[in-house]
Amino acid sequence: MAKAHVYKRDHINTDEIIPARYLNTDDTAELALHCMEDLDMGFIKKCKPGDCIVAGDDFGCGSSREHAVWALQGAKVGAVIAKNFARIFYRNCINCGFYPIEMANATEAIADGDEIEIDYKKGVINNKTQKKEIKFKPLPDFAIEIINDGGLLNHIKNKK
Amino acid sequence: MSMTITEKILAAAARKNKVEPGDLIDAKIDCIMCHDVTTPAAISMLKEKGIDKVFDNEKIVVTPDHFQPAKDIKSAELHKRLDDWAKDKKIKNYYPLGRAGVCHALLPEQGHIRPGEVIVGGDSHTCTYGAFAAFSTGIGSTDLAAAIATGNLWFKVPASMKFVLNGKLSKGVYSKDVILDVIAKIGTDGALYRAMEFVGPALKYMSMEARMTITNMAIEAGGKNGIIGFDDTTKQYLDEHLKSKKTDYKVYQSDPDAKYESVLEIDCSKLEPMVAFPHLPSGGKKIGDCAGLAMNQAYIGSCTNGRIEDLRIAAAIMKGKKVAIRTIIVPATPEIWKQAMDEKLFDVFYAANCVISAPTCGACLGGFMGILAATERCVSTTNRNFVGRMGSPKSEVYLASPATAAASAIEGKLVDCRKYV
Repeated sequence: MAKAHVYKRDHINTDEIIPARYLNTDDTAELALHCMEDLDMGFIKKCKPGDCIVAGDDFGCGSSREHAVWALQGAKVGAVIAKNFARIFYRNCINCGFYPIEMANATEAIADGDEIEIDYKKGVINNKTQKKEIKFKPLPDFAIEIINDGGLLNHIKNKK
Repeated sequence: MSMTITEKILAAAARKNKVEPGDLIDAKIDCIMCHDVTTPAAISMLKEKGIDKVFDNEKIVVTPDHFQPAKDIKSAELHKRLDDWAKDKKIKNYYPLGRAGVCHALLPEQGHIRPGEVIVGGDSHTCTYGAFAAFSTGIGSTDLAAAIATGNLWFKVPASMKFVLNGKLSKGVYSKDVILDVIAKIGTDGALYRAMEFVGPALKYMSMEARMTITNMAIEAGGKNGIIGFDDTTKQYLDEHLKSKKTDYKVYQSDPDAKYESVLEIDCSKLEPMVAFPHLPSGGKKIGDCAGLAMNQAYIGSCTNGRIEDLRIAAAIMKGKKVAIRTIIVPATPEIWKQAMDEKLFDVFYAANCVISAPTCGACLGGFMGILAATERCVSTTNRNFVGRMGSPKSEVYLASPATAAASAIEGKLVDCRKYV
């Protein structure tokens, strides 16, 4: 079961997810050490594999650096649930096989520390702590296909 | 059948007569920009998947810029991977150190940007090239890898927002102030997923350099692309810069009855110099409301404002004066560097106690060449002022025009540049 780490903040940007001073590497494990560092120094310690980040509007705004997604993947974050996402980050997530979940009431329906379970295909988050189900619009089928293939390049390769 | 310029370019790239916002299209890519931060990863991905080819070695432009000259061993490794690949794939338009420059200043200057084309780059500020009536947008490393291998990418056709720039900018107010005003009005997600189309009489008085400052920052409002129509100024710049390169570009214009999701009118004659306060580009305040705040550093450079026109504006203000704080001048390309030297702008900067850097993205993204300590403040001509953007997470970046940065450098605090111009 995944734990939710809630940041009641809009515009959490790529510099906060992975500061540019660490962009001199594209090594996922190394990037993971600095994941969310400029927003929350304690994040990497408290995040357990599969845990989710929950945030407000415009998550991932700023740079096109895919390093932001790699850092989250390296930190074994299961998914990011936000009210909405910045465009390039959203696209990068799908391309890397990582779930961006758009949910208008993200930070209201989920509290910090809540235990949640996500059904990506049905578009349902089961908030076990609050004993309620929250609906979200699942990604379109082609995006789920890309994610299930493990990212865009695997997807292209599989299609050939 | 009416369409906006963005829709027309995307329709042509998808070989369709008509597209509408929301359509998913597979577009042919005309030009791909590659730099040292996002491209090495794309190269590795392609190798790993065994798709080790480039779709067209003449349509890819490569330049290291973010951490060049290499700032440390890790960046040197990135540069080496980029260099090995560019040579191995015989990339025709490769600009290694010595010819390398900040990508979004370099590509137009070297004649790689043409109207009507679809341009992508592994950098969010790739939207800059929309100033040339092209569709241009930033992508991540995986998309970059896919584009390099196939020459195609899927896009969702964005809805367009129209920004009508009326009137004429008054003295001491620049295109940077226009875009900071726009972003302050609509917010950093005000144009999320949308095309930002800039029109109106104020553009007539703006050079291509000034226009690029506007489209450069479309991403700071969440925009997919920023775009400005073709006119005599565009033509003149292209005549000078395309040289022997392909000159048979196609010019698209928005239809008079094209559909816009919103229209925002701005009276440019009423604008004041703007400063975007930390920690978002939407934190714009009029200089009248914020003058006097003490600064520790001024930074004049970047893909937003590191062009020759920007350096001229800064030099004109600094001439015969000394700066009161650390001031770093970063010409964006070798050509700009040479021109600034020939025009004796370097003499002005030297006499004013500024330091002049090699072309690089440098401290704009907190790489090197002017990193801030905790509690320090920098007035900067760059495009982002996120937490930690230029160094310590406890430092602060204030975005402004080259004139505001230069004038503030002289006084060591935010000042109204209009008393110097």
